[in-house]
Amino acid sequence: MQASLDQKYNFEIIKWFTVSAVIYLVVGTAVGVLIASQLAWPVLNFDIAELTFGRLRPLHTNAVIFAFGGMSLMATSYYSVQRTCGVRIWSDKLAWFVFWGWTAIIVSAVITLPLGITQSKEYAELEWPIDIAIAVVWVAYTLNFVMTLATRKTKHIYVSNWFFLSMMVMITLLHVVNSLAVPVDMFNSYSVFSGVQDAMIQWWWGHNAVGFYLTAGFLGIMYYFVPKQAGRPVFSYRLSVIHFWALTFGYVWLGAHHLQYTALPDWTGSVGAAISLAMIIPSWGGAINGMMTLSGAWDKLRTDYVLRFLIVSLAFYAMSTFEGPVMSAKTVNALSHYTDWTIGHVHSGALGWVAMVAAGAIYHLVMKLWNTKMYSESLINAHFWLATIGTVVYIIAMWVSGIMQGLMWRDYDQFGTLTYTFAESVAAMHPYYAMRAVGGLIYWTGGVLMLYNVIMTIRMATSEKSVSSAATATA
Amino acid sequence: MSDKNQTGPIQYKFETNVVAMFLITLGLVSVGGIVEIVPLFYLDETMEHNQHKEILWDRQEGQTLNDWQAGDGVRPYTPLELMGRKVYLREGCYLCHSQMIRPFRDEKERYGHYSLASESIYDHPFQWGSKRTGPDLARVGGKYSDDWHRLHLEAPRSVVPESVMPNYPWLAKAPVDAENTMKHMEVMRNMAINPAPYTDADMASVAAEVEGKTELDALVDYLQVLGTMVKFDESKDYR
Repeated sequence: MQASLDQKYNFEIIKWFTVSAVIYLVVGTAVGVLIASQLAWPVLNFDIAELTFGRLRPLHTNAVIFAFGGMSLMATSYYSVQRTCGVRIWSDKLAWFVFWGWTAIIVSAVITLPLGITQSKEYAELEWPIDIAIAVVWVAYTLNFVMTLATRKTKHIYVSNWFFLSMMVMITLLHVVNSLAVPVDMFNSYSVFSGVQDAMIQWWWGHNAVGFYLTAGFLGIMYYFVPKQAGRPVFSYRLSVIHFWALTFGYVWLGAHHLQYTALPDWTGSVGAAISLAMIIPSWGGAINGMMTLSGAWDKLRTDYVLRFLIVSLAFYAMSTFEGPVMSAKTVNALSHYTDWTIGHVHSGALGWVAMVAAGAIYHLVMKLWNTKMYSESLINAHFWLATIGTVVYIIAMWVSGIMQGLMWRDYDQFGTLTYTFAESVAAMHPYYAMRAVGGLIYWTGGVLMLYNVIMTIRMATSEKSVSSAATATA
Repeated sequence: MSDKNQTGPIQYKFETNVVAMFLITLGLVSVGGIVEIVPLFYLDETMEHNQHKEILWDRQEGQTLNDWQAGDGVRPYTPLELMGRKVYLREGCYLCHSQMIRPFRDEKERYGHYSLASESIYDHPFQWGSKRTGPDLARVGGKYSDDWHRLHLEAPRSVVPESVMPNYPWLAKAPVDAENTMKHMEVMRNMAINPAPYTDADMASVAAEVEGKTELDALVDYLQVLGTMVKFDESKDYR
């Protein structure tokens, strides 16, 4: 059975994407723990330019979003598109080009960002030659996916593929427009846009890197892997239709809520806030759709640790997509903007939703691709608890510090003067910055357990395979 | 999927045709961006200097960038400021410092007059930031002495014990290169959107302006001009 699946589908390329994703999860979160610690203990900047917070923070975001997130998306989308269409990936060669191309981009990011080679646009820091490479590889990734859909054996395109497709289309558009720059030389360039227009374009990109890359793409993962792992069909087809179209149309508008009360015209920020509030509906529709897929099989959560990752990720998804619209409301945003609350919000989405749903999908993939059980079930369970506790510690630290900052900055004493200096608010953050670093460290430890578990599983599976083939040969 | 037979004709079309799915998705995701971004390029109200001409520096024939005085209006950066700004971008300062003061009472008292869109017209890319791990810098110019900035950049905790900012000891050792500065000026001057209106005389002055200067000098110059360009009239509502 597995042998015939191996022949029918290209599983080899999925294996490479999958293992890369696990490695980058550990690396990306390790950098995160370092920079979190630098904010608590600045001596950890070591007076070395390449290791300062300002240079490593882009490395952290690029590593977790584009290295870990990208490899996860490529593994899961190329796996599920083959399975749901009943055909092999359209081009094996193109798939390998995507893998090695993306790997080369990650390596160049690891080299250039610590050297201070940056366009200095958040989440789009990579310099123009790398930006061109990203566009080429991304289009190749999309083309291979679309052509696989075009050669499918099924009549309908399965729902997970809608989400993956919308992500690919939107990211192409966003990346190309936001990265438009005039080069000075190979390692320097300036955005063609400036000031207010550049701000709006940057956050149109910034929020949709979240909305499409980290949400639509990972919802594609949810719509394939949750039903598969639960062994049940998606709860409601209608809900998934509503979820998809509302999210695809609506998410694009949200970027403006990052610029409320700034020099961006008021109408733009208000439009962004209004649509943000409305986005609770499709987001919760999707979260309910995923969770209710387990309806009638809730007992599986007791025994299936992989399913736990998937379902708890949806709980974090629901929580973050409630928190987001609340923070985009102008009165709340006046307090929360510029504070750690934003960082906490991003991480409840990134650690709780994105990385948890990806971890669940990756465990599922490893077992399918190597046709085996995981080396250790209890290590999966340990990873699950470390990830959950780490996320909760992180976001609680950031809620407290964020709200505290917001309140200290605007506090007036009985004489009508500002109560606190800025430096006092920095000092007050210290315990929470330390707590955040601990939360990150707990989360990272879970990732290390996962990497160990995956490596041992692969070793076990490959040695068993060689033993059984040797046995066949001697028989 | 028990309710699959409920698929309507439109949904059925998209769900069974990859080209239709691709095109409708492309169409839908384009709407929000077009509505929110495109008007910013042509609506006059977006930039305050369309109503209040004095916000931009009205440069007279023959004036050099050094003839500009604080409060004369928004002007492009001098060669040294531009290279200081480049250091600011390279070191990722925008990750912890915003340059965008919001129209609130506490921000006005802490940082100064709220920021205008016209003030960042020559900022490719914008430096509004998204986080205040350190204070806002939109109007930091003139608040501290050059010497204070030098001490603070070399060793922040020597002047602000609570600070968590890294030390930047390498800036004082790095010279600013005239030829390189020239290339950065050329790019800014030839931007398709909001180019810096440098004159030929400005370009000719580059070598002399950056002669013997370090990256630390450049960064301090940049910080000292931030927020000093516009002279605000408290009786006016600029937005």
